[in-house]
Amino acid sequence: MDEVNVGVLYSRIRTDEKLLLSELRDRGHDVTKIDVRKQTFDLTEAPEAFDGLDLVVDRCMATSRSLYATKFCEQYGVPVVNSAATAETCADKVENSLALAAAGVPTPTTKTAFTTDAAMEIIEEFGYPCVLKPVMGSWGRLMAKIDSKSAAEAILEHKATLGHYEHKVFYVQEFVEKPGRDVRVLAVDGEPVAAMARSGDHWLTNAAKGADTEPFELDDEAKELVEMASDAVGGGLLGVDLMETDGDQTDWNYTVHEVNHTVEFKALNEAVDVDVPAKVVDWLEAKADAYATEDDADAEEAVAEVSD
Amino acid sequence: MTTCTECGADVALHDDAEAGEIVDCTTCGAELEVIDVSPPVLEKAPELEEDWGE
Repeated sequence: MDEVNVGVLYSRIRTDEKLLLSELRDRGHDVTKIDVRKQTFDLTEAPEAFDGLDLVVDRCMATSRSLYATKFCEQYGVPVVNSAATAETCADKVENSLALAAAGVPTPTTKTAFTTDAAMEIIEEFGYPCVLKPVMGSWGRLMAKIDSKSAAEAILEHKATLGHYEHKVFYVQEFVEKPGRDVRVLAVDGEPVAAMARSGDHWLTNAAKGADTEPFELDDEAKELVEMASDAVGGGLLGVDLMETDGDQTDWNYTVHEVNHTVEFKALNEAVDVDVPAKVVDWLEAKADAYATEDDADAEEAVAEVSD
Repeated sequence: MTTCTECGADVALHDDAEAGEIVDCTTCGAELEVIDVSPPVLEKAPELEEDWGE
């Protein structure tokens, strides 16, 4: 593989980014760390930091920055993974659910409302417990498992009174009775790299919440769903989250509750035997190669057009 | 070796420290962001924002 100049967009270097940087450098690639907090983004002209980059990897921990920075990359014609469209779909839980449902991916029954009264109607219809999630957010924060009408009323009032406008978009989901665990799959363009089960006593089983992790063997159905979910959000380096169901509501034995676009993989790397950063860099190299080939093809086409 | 911006205690960075990484002051527990590694410069790390995550 030829040397690639990879730009890494970031605002914080987590262990995940360190693993990635280390793997890229060990393979002899040029790495340009781009702290998006220090950049200014012109509408058409790329910042100097983007000069000569073959590929940009968006690792912004702040979703708002990720959304805009990827759009600017695309405006400048700099290949970026994940794409701005994928980021947009994954960053918002409503968009995420819409994309999954449109693609026929089994996903928990979800309804959205814009007022507390309408949200209360949904909650009463779902019954207790059900789940209220912020449309934007991560690491299991601000998630509410609602066990009673009085709890629902209080949470809705708090959100409506204290929250940013996004908290007045009430995203209500059925409570899925999972077997004490859910499954995180890291995938590149729909191809699973590794998977782990995350379990714990708490109803939330995010690794960020301290869940226990262990390797998980994906069956053919899970692999198919990962591919479908990845395609639904536009592909890329993704964290696909599944819950195992008993299959009595759909033809599937899993339901996909979300897809993450700036996926963390430290916990996964520790849980499985697969060298996750190495697999990710394999994929980045292939992407850079594909973009370069695409450029060459475009250039050849342009030359052919001029000749004609 | 550098010093904690909060309590002034000595803070040693690992050899593989990266600008943008967060380190904890072992004396006062403050979260510090590595601004530069050569020479090492630390600042108090930004507070958690609502849109942070994966």
